[in-house]
Amino acid sequence: MSKPISITAPLTDNVLRALRAGDRVLIQGVIYTARDAAHRRLAQALREGRDLPFDPRRQIIYYTGPAPAPPGTIIGPAGPTTAVRMDPFTIHLLQAGLKGMIGKGERSPETAAAIREAGAVYFAATGGAAILLARSIRKAEVAAYPELGPETVLKLEVKDFPVLVAVDTVGGNLHREGRDFYRM
Amino acid sequence: MRSVRAEKVAEAVARLYREAACSPDPGLEAALAAGRAREESPAGRAVLNDLIENLRLARQTGAPPCQDTGTAVVFLELGQDLRIEGGDLLEAVDEGVRRAVREGYLRPSIVADPLRRENTGDNTPAVLHLEIVPGDRLKLAVAAKGAGSENMSALKILTPAAGEEEIIEFAAAVVEKAGASACPPVIVGIGIGGNFETAPLLAKKAITLPLGERHPDPFYAALEEKAIERINRTGVGPGGLGGRFTCLDCHVLAAPCHIASLPLAVNLDCCLPRHQTATL
Ligand code: SF4
Repeated sequence: MSKPISITAPLTDNVLRALRAGDRVLIQGVIYTARDAAHRRLAQALREGRDLPFDPRRQIIYYTGPAPAPPGTIIGPAGPTTAVRMDPFTIHLLQAGLKGMIGKGERSPETAAAIREAGAVYFAATGGAAILLARSIRKAEVAAYPELGPETVLKLEVKDFPVLVAVDTVGGNLHREGRDFYRM
Repeated sequence: MRSVRAEKVAEAVARLYREAACSPDPGLEAALAAGRAREESPAGRAVLNDLIENLRLARQTGAPPCQDTGTAVVFLELGQDLRIEGGDLLEAVDEGVRRAVREGYLRPSIVADPLRRENTGDNTPAVLHLEIVPGDRLKLAVAAKGAGSENMSALKILTPAAGEEEIIEFAAAVVEKAGASACPPVIVGIGIGGNFETAPLLAKKAITLPLGERHPDPFYAALEEKAIERINRTGVGPGGLGGRFTCLDCHVLAAPCHIASLPLAVNLDCCLPRHQTATL
């Protein structure tokens, strides 16, 4: 596999355009967590023309709901959840300037097209490797909706957070290409 | 008449659920390593490396290997000559789940109502299956069942004209459609026969069987082997990134059924089979 590429959030267009499906990437900087319930709220705020609790422009959202952090730790295990469930909300966030998403699994063809057209990138993290991934999280604080429990939006500081490019800006699609290549 | 205190049931459920969530099937690491040795896809091998390293970290830290510590699925086989004393059996099960979540830092993932969706905060209630059996013991089996794989499971009522091939093709289609969402390599539980409501329960019981165990009936053992071989040809691969190692294991459970039906349920479990049993 290729040597990993280090990128820092928030993401610039130059960085985004250079990424290709299958590239190994290490993410640095600040990313935000949001999964089902938080997406519902974020999309509703956008539809109603309200401000989001964080500025999504050029940011990355990580689809995860971590396990509780035991005392003295930064965060509990935090692996990706299924991305396709966020598809109904993704277009609104892309319109608001979101440029990166981390999750597991293939997006719908419509969402993959919307991501590409927005010049954004969808990254895949290894589902089921939650302790390994949490080790790249150096800081975690509540950004919004603490009443959602495990679905609270967190602001994370990450170092070398390991992902693969799954949907790139030029039509590449890692899941589809991978499966088609190995199907017998 | 033999008796067991309800508190003992709560203690057992707490221990089993926590152990299940934190320590997957003991054969898992070896099975993943064997799959890695055969995997042709570099991305697939990288995913298997991550999963094996993550299991090592789980062992070292005692933390759950996945943030989704599941729905607590509890199977109770209650001997008809056993009395539960000093409390309500069903409440004892939920109390066990509550304790495991609090003490083990498991994730509360249950909402009280499917449409209004407010989190109960302690992962209760458990999904409970109770059977009355001969004897004076209580057998408990607890699974921590993740939603990623559960969401992709499926039920189909075939007609008796359908054969093995149709069953295997259906299972392969379920795995293919699930792709990365079920966190492959997956465990495929196939429930055949019974009724509209029993086939899924058979499939659920099937995924709680130990890794590598084949059906005692050679006919069904052969069906399991054929299903594994077919599912590995879908190309889904580890992490759904394409590859050869898609099926970690497959278990079939069958039951009598009506002359007009052939119910079929496929329940998927992910690369983290998590279940524990005990007898009181
Ligand atoms: S399906 Fe994936 S995310 Fe869900 S419990 Fe299993 S390993 Fe974890």
